[in-house]
Amino acid sequence: MPPLSSSWILALVLLAPAAAALLLCVVPAAQAVWVRRIAVLATGASLAGALTIFFHYNRALAGYQYEMLVPWISSLGISFHLGVDGIGTTLVLLHALCAFCGVLISYAITDRVKEYYIFYLVLITGVFGVFTSLDVFFIYFFYEMAVIPMYPLIGIWGSDVKEHGMVRFSKEYAAMKLTIYLTAGAVLALVGLLWLYASSGLQTSDLVALEHHFSLTPLAPHLQRMIFPLLVIGFGVIAPMWPFHSWSPIGHAAAPSAVSMLHAGVLMKLGSYAILRLAVSLMPDGARLWLPWLAGLCVMNIIYGGLVAMAQKDLKLIIGYSSSSHMGYVLLGIAVLTPVGLNGAVLLMFAHGLMTALAFALVGHVYDQTHTRYLPELGGLAKSLPFIATCGVIAAMASSGLPGFANFVAELLVIVGAWDQYRLQAVLAVLGVVITSVYMLRLVRGTFFGQANESLPHARDATTPFARLPYLILTGALLAVGCWPKPLISLIDLSTRPIIARIARAQAAAPGVGSTWRESY
Amino acid sequence: MVNPGLNVGLLPWLTLFSPLAAAAAILVFGIHHRRLSSSLAVGGLALSFVSAACLLLHVLQHRLILPIETAVTWISLPDLTVSFGVLLDPLSLLMTLVVTGVGSGIFLYSTSYMSDDPGYSRYFGVLSLFAFSMLTIVLATNWLQLFLGWELVGFSSYALIGHWYAKPAAADAGKKAFMVNRVADFGFMLGIIALWAWSSPLASERTFSFQVLQARLPHLLEMGWLTPHVLIGIGLLIFCGALGKSAQMPLHVWLPDAMEGPTPVSALIHAATMVAAGVYMLCRAFWLFEHIPMALQVIAWVGGITACAAAMLALIENDLKRILAYSTLSQLGYMVMAVGLGGEAAAMYHLTTHAFFKALLFLAAGSVIHATHRQNIWELGGLHKAMPITSWSFLIGGLALAGFPGLSGFFSKEAILSLAYERNGVLYLLGAMTAALTAFYIARAWLVAFFRPAHDSHAHAHESPSVMTGPLIVLAGLSIVAGYLGLPTFLGEHEAHHGSPVVVAVSLLAVGGGFGLAWLIYVQRAISSALFLERFRGWVWVLERKYGFDQLYNWYVDVVQQRVIAQACQLVERHLIIGFAVNGTAWLTQAAGRVIRRCQTGVIQQYALVFVTGVVVLVYTAIRR
Repeated sequence: MPPLSSSWILALVLLAPAAAALLLCVVPAAQAVWVRRIAVLATGASLAGALTIFFHYNRALAGYQYEMLVPWISSLGISFHLGVDGIGTTLVLLHALCAFCGVLISYAITDRVKEYYIFYLVLITGVFGVFTSLDVFFIYFFYEMAVIPMYPLIGIWGSDVKEHGMVRFSKEYAAMKLTIYLTAGAVLALVGLLWLYASSGLQTSDLVALEHHFSLTPLAPHLQRMIFPLLVIGFGVIAPMWPFHSWSPIGHAAAPSAVSMLHAGVLMKLGSYAILRLAVSLMPDGARLWLPWLAGLCVMNIIYGGLVAMAQKDLKLIIGYSSSSHMGYVLLGIAVLTPVGLNGAVLLMFAHGLMTALAFALVGHVYDQTHTRYLPELGGLAKSLPFIATCGVIAAMASSGLPGFANFVAELLVIVGAWDQYRLQAVLAVLGVVITSVYMLRLVRGTFFGQANESLPHARDATTPFARLPYLILTGALLAVGCWPKPLISLIDLSTRPIIARIARAQAAAPGVGSTWRESY
Repeated sequence: MVNPGLNVGLLPWLTLFSPLAAAAAILVFGIHHRRLSSSLAVGGLALSFVSAACLLLHVLQHRLILPIETAVTWISLPDLTVSFGVLLDPLSLLMTLVVTGVGSGIFLYSTSYMSDDPGYSRYFGVLSLFAFSMLTIVLATNWLQLFLGWELVGFSSYALIGHWYAKPAAADAGKKAFMVNRVADFGFMLGIIALWAWSSPLASERTFSFQVLQARLPHLLEMGWLTPHVLIGIGLLIFCGALGKSAQMPLHVWLPDAMEGPTPVSALIHAATMVAAGVYMLCRAFWLFEHIPMALQVIAWVGGITACAAAMLALIENDLKRILAYSTLSQLGYMVMAVGLGGEAAAMYHLTTHAFFKALLFLAAGSVIHATHRQNIWELGGLHKAMPITSWSFLIGGLALAGFPGLSGFFSKEAILSLAYERNGVLYLLGAMTAALTAFYIARAWLVAFFRPAHDSHAHAHESPSVMTGPLIVLAGLSIVAGYLGLPTFLGEHEAHHGSPVVVAVSLLAVGGGFGLAWLIYVQRAISSALFLERFRGWVWVLERKYGFDQLYNWYVDVVQQRVIAQACQLVERHLIIGFAVNGTAWLTQAAGRVIRRCQTGVIQQYALVFVTGVVVLVYTAIRR
């Protein structure tokens, strides 16, 4: 473990946006410039901290590092416990990148800037909190903290989804649906978490203590069998697991672009992260019993999500359904329970987060410039928006799994990891890549290539280095990891391997359970 | 597998990475500096060519034992290791020299051809990226690295076909090329993963590496781990990749459309190198296919049918570049057929000579297009006098393509045809017929576009600048001499195929017949072409529709995929999931609220009545117990 004194870095990553949100409450609303500067500084500090942690994480020791433990309610065993392992480090870095870029993209917001940034920073803090907390209570607390600001962010600063010039889904509908859906999922998960807390008999919600306890004395299989689905469905709603996904594309589409960036980039990863961290890791028997079902559902995500994306005409809906399709790969990687697949799942959370944030930022720019994101009305924008179009091609290629981008490596790991036990799913996952290229190429062709639509207002490109910065950061990170994935994969591997080892131990202890589901499957 | 004690130093890496460095430098510095970007691109590829040549000299001089492999680990997990490196053997060295050599000439040619283009820097950036991707395929040490390069050339091809993105036809053609290749790569990827999965019974010893797999394969078959059925599946899936990249039927549809790209791109990517990658891959993995007779059969037939069917399409095509595109399809068919017949050296031989003469033909066509801005052969004519170097180059390329005795194409085509003569009579007949058709369509193109006097005078058409004619002359020289360089020996073909007299005689007859007929029809006008068109009316009808592949695929994409499948999912999504399940739940909740709201009357007497009734019931039950 790094020297104790360095644990403040993780706390800084988490608290900088929170402090900025508090500070913004007292900044006069007229000082929009300062509001933006404070937000940039705070997320910049988080990014710097996340990078420091990423580069200084001690790989020889592995395990949770940068820990900070502040007892809070000792009678219930709740304490403010921070710390990250390889998975946490990766996701914190992802979120720091997306948050920083999102704050920069938010410069397009001109209405009620102060309030917008306060909600936005609260959202950022919540997501950081989930990824850094090592206490089940706080994971849940931060999860809710991330979900709630979405309601005003979409309801106030969002836009309606239009088709043929008619409102198809209003932003109020989207905001309401998203909030109710995610809260309902959270409540389901809460039941599972309380049950888990009660049946451990430890009187603690500390994740490290629970992990240790359950690895020595696993929870009774019949309890695991009942608690596991509560957590998977509860958190699966945000992942978004088919058929509970329908809040997500509409939510993406209605949200302002910077919010969609975080929403698709990291918020959806909270679900898969929580499934991995709380359900799979703590309940190996439940995992072996239920994950084959999850592996089946993921294919629906991948194929069905992709096909629905093909039918969309709103740019944001295309990317929204594409996200739900690609999150299927993440869930598949978790469901196959092989080290390679699990590494792929975590790497894909990282890669997909960056890619989809990039895509939403680009669509946001196009929408701001042309005031439409209806595919039949667009075309030929590469001429007036060369930079944005280049990034658009890059995002489309990254999404379709072109080698050189992190997504390719991640999807490869998932597919290879799934091959031995879930061959049909692996084959369909490869098919999903083909489907992705169909709608992504259609999007690029329809938006940027071909003849320009003369009736559109003249679009201005992102020309200044400052305006280009978020796009460059996101593409740069995708390319860096895609070209040289070894460091990140080995970091993730440090933390996925213990989880797999625990499950293998559980399997060895109770071979009967394993064979039953295999035969019945 | 690294051979210790052999010092080739950084040369292999320099060969591989200098085009990538050029591409990166263009992206960072050159995007607004035209001269800088073209210099970087040409310099990068030339450097790559020089270092490849040095490597070859080094290998020959020190009599190094090939193959030499040098690699770094790219992904390292306990159950999955992927490396990235350079594998040097005669096959890869030859291909590297072809790619970088022909490529350098075409890059140079492009500096002039594209000089007025607003996307000049972008063009050279993507071209450099293409060179790197192609070299990644050629020098790959393992399947996954090959796949990496494979997808990247697909992307470069997409970007270059769609270079003039504002033109709908170009944008659509790029998309089509990428999609068709993606469909093919679906099979290819599965084949690669399956081969990996069956590469060892032990999970930790699975590998993508060519050399390890090659050494291990007989053993795997012997011990029964890899059954013949699985092997056939793997072989056919991997062949799918070649089907897409080398544009074999039925996935050939993208290549003619790819002619929407700039002509130097057609020359380099869609004739000389990238489309040959499929053939190269088959040769690279010949150790695999030689164990799968059934797959070889399929490969040979696909190749033979493509060769003949594409040559027929060239007969009635009027666009100069598209004639060459069909010709490329047809020649690739020859190569694929050669692999299928077990002659991977013959295939590589033809690949090499084809790279020279087809690049030459395309560059000559480009020179014409640059000068006249026309592509329809009937609108051209009389260029033999106006553009002598171009015309002679086209003629030399055409003769080499047709297999005129003494030129490079003659030798390489002879190698394939005599192989077919020995091993499969029907395929030989297809091949010989293709040879005659080839001679006819290329003679037609040259005679009509260059030799015949023009309808309207091209007074303004004049010879292209020397930076364009230079590469033409060099390639013309190579097209003539490439038959005498001992390429089959270099590729390890020890028993030289002395074509049987029958084969040579038939070929000569085919070439002579093809040329002669074209001369009679288009110059002497002794025979009217209308006669043929009338006589073979039905067949012409089929050819005009290009066997209906495009219609079929368009119908599938537009109707089946987009309107039926995607729309069905969309209906399920909108009405079943959102409309019924989700909004239905919301409606139910609201309805429940509306019903229960009735209780909230606000009339105090009612509340009191309910309260008292409750108390009475409770007391009563308490007493009863």
